[in-house]
Amino acid sequence: MEKFEYKSAVTGLGMSEVGRRLMRDPMALTVDACLAAMEDAGLTREDVDGVCTYPGNVPGAGGFSGAGAHDLIDVLRLRPNYHNSGLEQAGQLGSIVTAMMAVAAGLCRHVLCFRTVWEATYVQLQRTGKIRYSGGGGRLSGGMEYRIPYGAASAANWIGMFCSRYMHDYGMTKEQLGQIPLNGRRNAALNPYAVYREPMSMEDYLSARVVSSPLGLFDCDVPCDASVAFIISHVDAVKDCRRGCGVGFEAIGTANTERVSWDQGDLHYLSGIDGAAKMLWTRTDLKPEHMDMAQLYDGFSFNTVCWLEKLGFCDVGEAGAFLEGGQRIARDGELPLNTNGGQLSGGRLHGYGFLHEACVQLLGEGGERQLPNGPRTAVISSGGGVPGSALILTAP
Amino acid sequence: MSKSIKRPLPLLTEENRFFWTSGADGKLRFLQCTACGNYVHPPSPVCDKCLSLQLEVVPVSGRAKLAAVTVNHQMWMPMIEPPYVVGIVELEEQESIRLTTNIIKCKENELEIGMPLEVEFEECEDVFLPMFAPAAQKSKS
Repeated sequence: MEKFEYKSAVTGLGMSEVGRRLMRDPMALTVDACLAAMEDAGLTREDVDGVCTYPGNVPGAGGFSGAGAHDLIDVLRLRPNYHNSGLEQAGQLGSIVTAMMAVAAGLCRHVLCFRTVWEATYVQLQRTGKIRYSGGGGRLSGGMEYRIPYGAASAANWIGMFCSRYMHDYGMTKEQLGQIPLNGRRNAALNPYAVYREPMSMEDYLSARVVSSPLGLFDCDVPCDASVAFIISHVDAVKDCRRGCGVGFEAIGTANTERVSWDQGDLHYLSGIDGAAKMLWTRTDLKPEHMDMAQLYDGFSFNTVCWLEKLGFCDVGEAGAFLEGGQRIARDGELPLNTNGGQLSGGRLHGYGFLHEACVQLLGEGGERQLPNGPRTAVISSGGGVPGSALILTAP
Repeated sequence: MSKSIKRPLPLLTEENRFFWTSGADGKLRFLQCTACGNYVHPPSPVCDKCLSLQLEVVPVSGRAKLAAVTVNHQMWMPMIEPPYVVGIVELEEQESIRLTTNIIKCKENELEIGMPLEVEFEECEDVFLPMFAPAAQKSKS
């Protein structure tokens, strides 16, 4: 039986403006991105018969949750045969996999997927008293009660601990880790929507204020406001779309084989990555050396370290050596990494930015930042610390 | 027992109350499977090793090892002022049982992965938060 990945393709890309404190309603950003994706695919709302998103409408989640599936369906008066949203899935890109499954199951021809964040604006509204903090006051539950009382309130703390253990046992240096943000910043200079585009030196990186050791300011991604949307179409319907072709799916990895935990599993690598990475390669004959680029989750620089190793781009404990000097991951290196600047410099598009960038590159529409020699394959990922997923994409 | 600052605190439930109030007598407690001896954390109705439903609350030594550590420099909550040390500690009885906690009474340059630690509790309202201090230092004081 032909694998389900071959039943669908990405036919439309859409993105709202991206920025810090845009002071726009998240639904307005969502509508911008969704209409752009439909237009890019050459479709109307009557053609859209599925909607999938991450995380959906999550009460109390502030700027993390931009617009729910139901909100968007109502605002655009969509009539989906199937829709889905959820926080509990295989990373942000798990919502793309759900869309692929809805298509492969025959429920939908064109699924609209979106992810909206408005974290920068939300914090600004809080600071100026225009919105009340919704999380304070009550007692903690849902797993947070084991970290927050100790001031371990941020993923910077939780991931900082893994990074410290990894560096202690495998000898990765701060300079080697810094190649990930430095590479991101170099790539962001070529990306018009990136949040931070000015040059950054190793000295800038090393002298930045410490957030939670060993992580400094530039090891942490940039909260921003943005929405990114895609149309996932059935392969038989791709010909109806504007380009007449789409970006293909070669393999998905969604397995979750570890404890869903920030402290009860292996302390060298963030949880939720190992299973997804292993599953990915079982669903394709392609190997890591066949990847023309990698767009790997960099909510923190250390997330990318974990993905690089777990996906097999280097051996156990060897990520530091792999990153040394930064040449391998550069635009002209053996594995161009996060070619839009990633989330560290491009902005926290929260997973969807990696799929967007991979599609742009595979369609040859990267403009100034287009990788040379017509890239044919990309591996992308989201997650780490929480269950993640990885996908391999192919050029039309 | 150290004096407390106003921290955000856990919601006490029938499942976790024993853990968060255990420090009242200075002892740390966990759930242990009566069938296979496996310790279970966070509190759960079932042993994650053998799926037995027979779990009991048992006291442990309070000794642990520092497994991962970070020094936090950013203010996340006005009531907890940086810098402070957050660590993951591994229980002496079973190293797969970990707590994310504060490492106290230890200079930053003396923090070392693998160092032996001992529990101390901070009383906050109806909760006793387990924190960890260097074992050697504590025995001297």
